[in-house]
Amino acid sequence: MLTVTGLIGVMFGGAAGAMLRLWVGNVVSRRAGTRFPWGTLTVNLSAAFLLGAAFGAWQAFTVSLDGLGWGIAAVGLLGGYSTVSSLSLQTLTLWQQTRRQASAGYLLTSVAGGIALVALGYVTGSATSDMFMQVLG
Amino acid sequence: MTARNKGNKNTLKTYAAVGLGGALGAGLRYVIGMGALQTLGPLFPWATLAVNVIGSGLIAWLATQARQHPQGHVSRWHHFWLAGFCGGFTTFSLFSLEALLLWQRNQAVLALLYVLLSVSGWLIAAYIGQRLSASKT
Repeated sequence: MLTVTGLIGVMFGGAAGAMLRLWVGNVVSRRAGTRFPWGTLTVNLSAAFLLGAAFGAWQAFTVSLDGLGWGIAAVGLLGGYSTVSSLSLQTLTLWQQTRRQASAGYLLTSVAGGIALVALGYVTGSATSDMFMQVLG
Repeated sequence: MTARNKGNKNTLKTYAAVGLGGALGAGLRYVIGMGALQTLGPLFPWATLAVNVIGSGLIAWLATQARQHPQGHVSRWHHFWLAGFCGGFTTFSLFSLEALLLWQRNQAVLALLYVLLSVSGWLIAAYIGQRLSASKT
Protein backbone atom coordinates (compact mmCIF):
# COMPACT_ATOMS: atom_id res chain seq x y z
CA MET A 1 0.00 0.00 0.00
CA LEU A 2 1.20 3.46 -0.91
CA THR A 3 1.27 5.63 2.19
CA VAL A 4 2.62 9.12 2.85
CA THR A 5 4.67 7.78 5.79
CA GLY A 6 6.11 5.08 3.52
CA LEU A 7 6.94 7.64 0.84
CA ILE A 8 8.70 9.94 3.32
CA GLY A 9 10.65 6.99 4.72
CA VAL A 10 11.78 5.92 1.24
CA MET A 11 12.79 9.49 0.40
CA PHE A 12 14.91 9.84 3.55
CA GLY A 13 16.53 6.47 2.84
CA GLY A 14 17.06 7.45 -0.80
CA ALA A 15 18.75 10.73 0.14
CA ALA A 16 21.13 8.97 2.55
CA GLY A 17 21.81 6.17 0.04
CA ALA A 18 22.60 8.56 -2.81
CA MET A 19 25.00 10.60 -0.64
CA LEU A 20 26.65 7.41 0.60
CA ARG A 21 27.10 6.32 -3.05
CA LEU A 22 28.79 9.65 -3.82
CA TRP A 23 31.12 9.27 -0.85
CA VAL A 24 32.06 5.61 -1.51
CA GLY A 25 32.49 6.36 -5.23
CA ASN A 26 34.84 9.26 -4.44
CA VAL A 27 36.90 7.25 -1.95
CA VAL A 28 37.28 4.31 -4.35
CA SER A 29 38.08 6.36 -7.44
CA ARG A 30 40.67 8.41 -5.50
CA ARG A 31 42.54 5.16 -4.83
CA ALA A 32 41.82 3.14 -7.97
CA GLY A 33 41.66 5.98 -10.53
CA THR A 34 38.88 6.96 -12.90
CA ARG A 35 39.90 5.02 -16.01
CA PHE A 36 37.60 2.18 -14.98
CA PRO A 37 34.32 2.63 -13.00
CA TRP A 38 35.58 0.87 -9.85
CA GLY A 39 33.49 3.21 -7.69
CA THR A 40 30.11 2.20 -9.16
CA LEU A 41 31.19 -1.45 -9.24
CA THR A 42 32.07 -1.35 -5.52
CA VAL A 43 28.83 0.43 -4.70
CA ASN A 44 26.62 -1.97 -6.65
CA LEU A 45 28.28 -5.18 -5.46
CA SER A 46 28.26 -4.08 -1.81
CA ALA A 47 24.63 -2.94 -2.18
CA ALA A 48 23.63 -6.34 -3.57
CA PHE A 49 25.29 -8.16 -0.65
CA LEU A 50 23.75 -5.87 1.96
CA LEU A 51 20.26 -6.08 0.45
CA GLY A 52 20.49 -9.89 0.33
CA ALA A 53 21.56 -9.90 4.00
CA ALA A 54 18.74 -7.53 4.94
CA PHE A 55 16.20 -9.69 3.13
CA GLY A 56 17.50 -12.83 4.89
CA ALA A 57 17.24 -11.11 8.26
CA TRP A 58 13.78 -9.70 7.57
CA GLN A 59 12.57 -13.17 6.56
CA ALA A 60 14.18 -14.90 9.56
CA PHE A 61 12.50 -12.50 11.96
CA THR A 62 9.31 -12.66 9.86
CA VAL A 63 9.07 -8.90 9.61
CA SER A 64 6.69 -7.61 6.94
CA LEU A 65 8.13 -6.15 3.74
CA ASP A 66 5.22 -3.69 3.67
CA GLY A 67 6.47 -2.01 6.84
CA LEU A 68 8.25 1.29 7.22
CA GLY A 69 11.55 -0.43 8.15
CA TRP A 70 11.92 -2.19 4.81
CA GLY A 71 10.87 0.99 3.01
CA ILE A 72 13.60 3.05 4.67
CA ALA A 73 16.42 0.47 4.71
CA ALA A 74 15.84 -1.52 1.52
CA VAL A 75 13.73 0.47 -0.95
CA GLY A 76 15.19 3.81 0.11
CA LEU A 77 18.71 3.41 1.50
CA LEU A 78 20.05 0.32 -0.32
CA GLY A 79 17.90 0.97 -3.40
CA GLY A 80 19.15 4.55 -3.68
CA TYR A 81 22.72 3.58 -2.81
CA SER A 82 22.92 1.24 -5.82
CA THR A 83 22.44 2.50 -9.37
CA VAL A 84 21.67 1.14 -12.80
CA SER A 85 21.77 4.45 -14.68
CA SER A 86 25.50 5.01 -14.07
CA LEU A 87 26.22 1.37 -14.88
CA SER A 88 24.44 1.69 -18.25
CA LEU A 89 26.08 5.00 -19.13
CA GLN A 90 29.57 3.78 -18.16
CA THR A 91 29.14 0.53 -20.13
CA LEU A 92 28.03 2.50 -23.19
CA THR A 93 30.86 5.03 -22.80
CA LEU A 94 33.56 2.36 -22.45
CA TRP A 95 32.18 0.60 -25.54
CA GLN A 96 32.22 3.83 -27.55
CA GLN A 97 35.81 4.49 -26.44
CA THR A 98 36.47 1.15 -28.20
CA ARG A 99 37.42 -0.38 -24.85
CA ARG A 100 35.19 -3.31 -25.66
CA GLN A 101 36.73 -5.78 -23.22
CA ALA A 102 36.52 -3.33 -20.33
CA SER A 103 32.91 -2.54 -21.26
CA ALA A 104 31.77 -6.17 -21.50
CA GLY A 105 33.81 -7.16 -18.44
CA TYR A 106 32.29 -4.33 -16.40
CA LEU A 107 28.72 -5.24 -17.33
CA LEU A 108 29.21 -8.97 -16.84
CA THR A 109 31.02 -8.57 -13.49
CA SER A 110 28.29 -6.23 -12.27
CA VAL A 111 25.35 -8.45 -13.23
CA ALA A 112 26.82 -11.88 -12.42
CA GLY A 113 28.58 -10.55 -9.32
CA GLY A 114 25.44 -8.73 -8.15
CA ILE A 115 23.26 -11.83 -8.34
CA ALA A 116 25.95 -14.02 -6.71
CA LEU A 117 26.45 -11.49 -3.90
CA VAL A 118 22.75 -10.98 -3.26
CA ALA A 119 22.52 -14.79 -2.82
CA LEU A 120 25.59 -14.85 -0.56
CA GLY A 121 24.18 -11.95 1.44
CA TYR A 122 20.86 -13.76 1.79
CA VAL A 123 22.54 -16.93 3.15
CA THR A 124 24.70 -14.85 5.50
CA GLY A 125 21.77 -12.75 6.72
CA SER A 126 19.56 -15.80 7.31
CA ALA A 127 22.27 -17.77 9.12
CA THR A 128 23.29 -14.83 11.32
CA SER A 129 19.66 -14.12 12.25
CA ASP A 130 19.02 -17.81 13.07
CA MET A 131 22.09 -17.88 15.32
CA PHE A 132 20.99 -14.67 16.96
CA MET A 133 17.54 -16.07 17.68
CA GLN A 134 18.99 -19.27 19.16
CA VAL A 135 21.22 -17.26 21.49
CA LEU A 136 18.25 -15.15 22.53
CA GLY A 137 16.25 -18.37 22.96
CA MET B 1 37.46 32.96 1.30
CA THR B 2 40.33 30.52 1.33
CA ALA B 3 40.63 27.81 -1.31
CA ARG B 4 39.99 25.14 1.29
CA ASN B 5 36.80 26.77 2.52
CA LYS B 6 35.56 27.15 -1.01
CA GLY B 7 36.31 23.48 -1.66
CA ASN B 8 34.37 22.41 1.42
CA LYS B 9 31.44 24.59 0.44
CA ASN B 10 31.35 23.04 -3.03
CA THR B 11 31.51 19.56 -1.51
CA LEU B 12 28.60 20.40 0.77
CA LYS B 13 26.56 21.70 -2.18
CA THR B 14 27.32 18.58 -4.17
CA TYR B 15 26.17 16.30 -1.35
CA ALA B 16 23.01 18.38 -0.85
CA ALA B 17 22.20 18.22 -4.57
CA VAL B 18 22.80 14.46 -4.73
CA GLY B 19 20.79 13.87 -1.56
CA LEU B 20 17.83 15.91 -2.82
CA GLY B 21 17.89 14.24 -6.24
CA GLY B 22 18.24 10.83 -4.59
CA ALA B 23 15.22 11.47 -2.36
CA LEU B 24 13.05 12.51 -5.32
CA GLY B 25 14.28 9.64 -7.52
CA ALA B 26 13.76 6.99 -4.83
CA GLY B 27 10.36 8.44 -3.93
CA LEU B 28 9.19 8.34 -7.54
CA ARG B 29 10.49 4.76 -7.86
CA TYR B 30 8.48 3.80 -4.76
CA VAL B 31 5.29 5.36 -6.16
CA ILE B 32 5.75 3.58 -9.50
CA GLY B 33 6.51 0.33 -7.67
CA MET B 34 3.34 0.52 -5.58
CA GLY B 35 1.25 1.46 -8.63
CA ALA B 36 2.60 -1.47 -10.65
CA LEU B 37 2.03 -3.87 -7.75
CA GLN B 38 -1.63 -2.88 -7.59
CA THR B 39 -2.32 -2.90 -11.31
CA LEU B 40 -0.02 -5.65 -12.62
CA GLY B 41 0.45 -7.88 -9.56
CA PRO B 42 3.55 -9.36 -7.93
CA LEU B 43 4.40 -12.09 -10.49
CA PHE B 44 6.97 -10.11 -12.45
CA PRO B 45 9.04 -7.06 -11.34
CA TRP B 46 7.68 -4.73 -14.02
CA ALA B 47 8.27 -1.59 -11.99
CA THR B 48 12.00 -2.12 -11.43
CA LEU B 49 12.43 -3.12 -15.07
CA ALA B 50 10.67 0.08 -16.16
CA VAL B 51 12.46 2.51 -13.82
CA ASN B 52 15.89 1.08 -14.66
CA VAL B 53 15.26 1.29 -18.43
CA ILE B 54 13.82 4.83 -18.17
CA GLY B 55 16.62 5.95 -15.83
CA SER B 56 19.28 4.59 -18.20
CA GLY B 57 17.76 6.47 -21.12
CA LEU B 58 17.42 9.65 -19.07
CA ILE B 59 20.99 9.67 -17.74
CA ALA B 60 22.45 9.22 -21.24
CA TRP B 61 20.21 12.01 -22.55
CA LEU B 62 21.21 14.31 -19.68
CA ALA B 63 24.93 13.52 -19.87
CA THR B 64 24.94 14.31 -23.59
CA GLN B 65 23.04 17.56 -23.02
CA ALA B 66 25.53 18.56 -20.31
CA ARG B 67 28.47 17.90 -22.63
CA GLN B 68 26.93 19.88 -25.49
CA HIS B 69 25.89 22.85 -23.36
CA PRO B 70 28.58 23.33 -20.67
CA GLN B 71 26.85 26.50 -19.40
CA GLY B 72 23.32 25.08 -19.58
CA HIS B 73 20.88 24.09 -16.84
CA VAL B 74 21.68 20.36 -16.99
CA SER B 75 25.39 21.02 -16.79
CA ARG B 76 25.09 23.29 -13.76
CA TRP B 77 22.72 20.83 -12.06
CA HIS B 78 24.40 17.62 -13.15
CA HIS B 79 25.03 16.36 -9.58
CA PHE B 80 21.32 16.72 -8.84
CA TRP B 81 20.17 15.09 -12.08
CA LEU B 82 22.78 12.37 -12.72
CA ALA B 83 24.14 11.03 -9.43
CA GLY B 84 21.07 12.26 -7.52
CA PHE B 85 17.85 11.75 -9.43
CA CYS B 86 18.86 9.07 -11.96
CA GLY B 87 20.99 7.26 -9.38
CA GLY B 88 18.23 7.20 -6.76
CA PHE B 89 15.49 6.42 -9.30
CA THR B 90 17.26 3.35 -10.68
CA THR B 91 18.30 0.48 -8.46
CA PHE B 92 20.75 -2.33 -8.96
CA SER B 93 20.34 -4.00 -5.57
CA LEU B 94 16.56 -4.55 -5.93
CA PHE B 95 17.11 -5.81 -9.48
CA SER B 96 19.57 -8.44 -8.15
CA LEU B 97 17.24 -9.46 -5.31
CA GLU B 98 14.24 -9.82 -7.63
CA ALA B 99 16.25 -12.00 -10.01
CA LEU B 100 17.27 -14.21 -7.07
CA LEU B 101 13.70 -14.43 -5.76
CA LEU B 102 12.31 -15.45 -9.17
CA TRP B 103 14.99 -18.13 -9.30
CA GLN B 104 14.17 -19.34 -5.77
CA ARG B 105 10.47 -19.65 -6.63
CA ASN B 106 11.44 -22.21 -9.30
CA GLN B 107 10.85 -19.71 -12.04
CA ALA B 108 14.29 -19.99 -13.57
CA VAL B 109 13.00 -19.09 -17.04
CA LEU B 110 11.35 -15.92 -15.73
CA ALA B 111 14.51 -15.05 -13.77
CA LEU B 112 16.67 -15.44 -16.86
CA LEU B 113 14.16 -13.48 -18.93
CA TYR B 114 14.14 -10.70 -16.33
CA VAL B 115 17.93 -10.41 -16.35
CA LEU B 116 18.22 -10.51 -20.16
CA LEU B 117 15.33 -8.06 -20.71
CA SER B 118 16.77 -5.72 -18.08
CA VAL B 119 20.38 -5.64 -19.26
CA SER B 120 19.51 -5.31 -22.96
CA GLY B 121 16.82 -2.73 -22.11
CA TRP B 122 19.26 -0.60 -20.08
CA LEU B 123 21.82 -0.50 -22.86
CA ILE B 124 19.35 0.13 -25.68
CA ALA B 125 17.70 2.90 -23.66
CA ALA B 126 21.08 4.53 -22.90
CA TYR B 127 21.99 4.42 -26.60
CA ILE B 128 18.63 5.90 -27.66
CA GLY B 129 18.87 8.59 -24.97
CA GLN B 130 22.29 9.59 -26.22
CA ARG B 131 21.15 9.66 -29.89
CA LEU B 132 18.02 11.71 -29.12
CA SER B 133 20.09 14.20 -27.15
CA ALA B 134 22.78 14.48 -29.79
CA SER B 135 20.30 15.14 -32.62
CA LYS B 136 18.66 18.05 -30.76
CA THR B 137 21.44 20.60 -31.00
